[in-house]
Amino acid sequence: MNLNRRNFLKALGLTGVAVGAGKTLNATSVKKDSDKEFYAILYDSTRCAGCQGCEWECALQHGLPDPDLEDIPEVGKIRKTDENRRTVINVYSTSKGDVYVKNSCKHCNQPACAAACLTQAMHKTEEGPVIWRDRKCMGCRYCMVSCPYDIPKFDYHSSNPDIQKCDMCWDRVKEGKLPACVEGCPAGALSFGLRRDMIAEARKRINDNPELYHDHIYGEHEAGGTSVLYLSPVPFEEIGFNTSVMNKPYPELTKGFLYSVPSIFVLWPAMLLGIQKATSRKNNQTEDENE
Amino acid sequence: MKMSSSDIVLSKENDRKSIRSFLVRELKPKGKLFTPFNLISVPVIIMGIIIIVIRFAKGLGAVTNLTQETPWGLWIGFDVVTGVAFAGGAYVITFMVYILNLRQYHTIVRVTVLNGFLAYVFYAGALLLDLGKPWNVINPIIGNSFGVSSVLFLVAWHFLLYMIAELIEFSPAIAEWLGAKRARKILSGMTLGAVILGITLSTLHQSGLGALYLMAKEKIHPLWYSEFIPILFFVSSIFAGLSMVIFEGSISYKVFSDQISAKDHKSHHNIIHGLAKVCTITMFVYLFLQILAFVHGKNYEYLGTRMGNWYLAEMLGFVLLPMILFFYSYRKRNLLIIKVAAIVTMLGIIINRLNVTIIGYNWDAAVQYYPTWKEIVVTLTIIFIEIWIFRWIINRMPVLREAPSWAKY
Repeated sequence: MNLNRRNFLKALGLTGVAVGAGKTLNATSVKKDSDKEFYAILYDSTRCAGCQGCEWECALQHGLPDPDLEDIPEVGKIRKTDENRRTVINVYSTSKGDVYVKNSCKHCNQPACAAACLTQAMHKTEEGPVIWRDRKCMGCRYCMVSCPYDIPKFDYHSSNPDIQKCDMCWDRVKEGKLPACVEGCPAGALSFGLRRDMIAEARKRINDNPELYHDHIYGEHEAGGTSVLYLSPVPFEEIGFNTSVMNKPYPELTKGFLYSVPSIFVLWPAMLLGIQKATSRKNNQTEDENE
Repeated sequence: MKMSSSDIVLSKENDRKSIRSFLVRELKPKGKLFTPFNLISVPVIIMGIIIIVIRFAKGLGAVTNLTQETPWGLWIGFDVVTGVAFAGGAYVITFMVYILNLRQYHTIVRVTVLNGFLAYVFYAGALLLDLGKPWNVINPIIGNSFGVSSVLFLVAWHFLLYMIAELIEFSPAIAEWLGAKRARKILSGMTLGAVILGITLSTLHQSGLGALYLMAKEKIHPLWYSEFIPILFFVSSIFAGLSMVIFEGSISYKVFSDQISAKDHKSHHNIIHGLAKVCTITMFVYLFLQILAFVHGKNYEYLGTRMGNWYLAEMLGFVLLPMILFFYSYRKRNLLIIKVAAIVTMLGIIINRLNVTIIGYNWDAAVQYYPTWKEIVVTLTIIFIEIWIFRWIINRMPVLREAPSWAKY
């Protein structure tokens, strides 16, 4: 075979392109083959004593500054997660006394932030945690606009700002360990396991003790289902939960628009070219001649 | 046969010295230095550049009022979302001239396309200022990080492709400036393709800018949130762009009147009347869609509230009123009223886009977002630099004035 240098390089280049394209094109179908189930955290606010142990464990695990000792949960004060803390405890005065609530990322089954991310920096892992990847992110903050829970936090005072959010300790979960907050909770308010098992456990607790619990598992259906599930003694609007969140996954809201894109890309140019031909001067001239 | 750029220039001027003197001559400023516009814009631009340096050194928080609850402020809501709507004139005018073959609008094609192109370049530039990690802006374009399920991914690609399409549409003027006959012929041949691509892209990203906000369902006031946002954004970009063409045209025809032939001066009146007609019709469609969205969303309950009054003010004062003015003025052939209508329409577009992106966004939050003066100065800086470049090009390339005789077809 007569393969000179130039042709060899050409063939090499084309093969490279083909391999590269093949990889990216296949990527989506490969993912679907996974039969892993999502993990989930069950948070039982009837057991939480508001010790902030989870806040300390989280800061330690992720190299964040220690929680402020002065800044403790108080009724009437809303503490929020920010660029330095991924989880916070708040306390609400309710019809059944003071109730503590832990707030952090809910790890939606179909996260709005990941659908919004144009670089796949926000990513729903096979294990269930929604993670953020530094090297892909361009800092556009569209995830913050899209998240119904206002979870992703941006460091406005850095020249290389990160997005800060709970990643359910994905590194630990992959190794078969518990998330830091779950492991460090002394009151047993946090449990970790397969999402299906956590829902069953939550149901069981409600059934075993209907007096104690409000009959609703927040996160079973909210935002299309999330990987953090909540139990509460009172209706969830009393403890600061966003109850206007819809039960459909948020990415559904843009689906219709995105599905229309390919059809417009096919129809528009054809239609425009057709109109252009119909109105072009040549046609008009022949009409004039006929008249 | 291949042609290098030096060949092109050589075809006009025969030795290297004259190329250099041509460039030096063209790069020098023309006209008076101490005009009111220069005196205002230069200090603003200098201040804006200083603020931009601070922004990159110390982060966005040093110059903006952005918060965790309001991550997108003036630079996105005004510069990008509103600016791109105003740049919609380019795709509407190219549609009328190249697709519908309405030849009478041909004289304003170049200036409109130039405006559109510069608007996209600078508003995409504004987007870079707003990015936390702008060096990663390449990720959605090359690499293995394609977020294809994102509306912003679509918008980013469309911005890029549309800028290329508009550059191709405008490129014959550059070739005429350089005296490159062959290149002009080739580039002119690409115009129709670029126009068709450009219109398709515009349809999708004008509506896409609205679709960006679809997932912020509970955050935007119900009067401005509906599943119709993409369609509303698209339809309003038609009359937003045309109002900008009318507004910008009436200024350009005064400032650069020495460049415009008597014939073009006369035809410009007819062009503006025609555009007023298109504005009337599209605004009627838009108003109808707004009413549809209002009824569909069962939004009657909000009418008595503060936001409800603001909504009514927008719809009656900045959509219905300018629509009536446009209608009245093209029947009476009154240029002044058309200009007034165009300005009111543009204000209405600014109000509408800000209502979706800033005012109606987290309208019930405890802490409301207001832009800092620094954000406003940077926005003005971007607009002023754009006008400087626009003026530089108008004074050199055949945009408003007639093309050189060898380029006639």
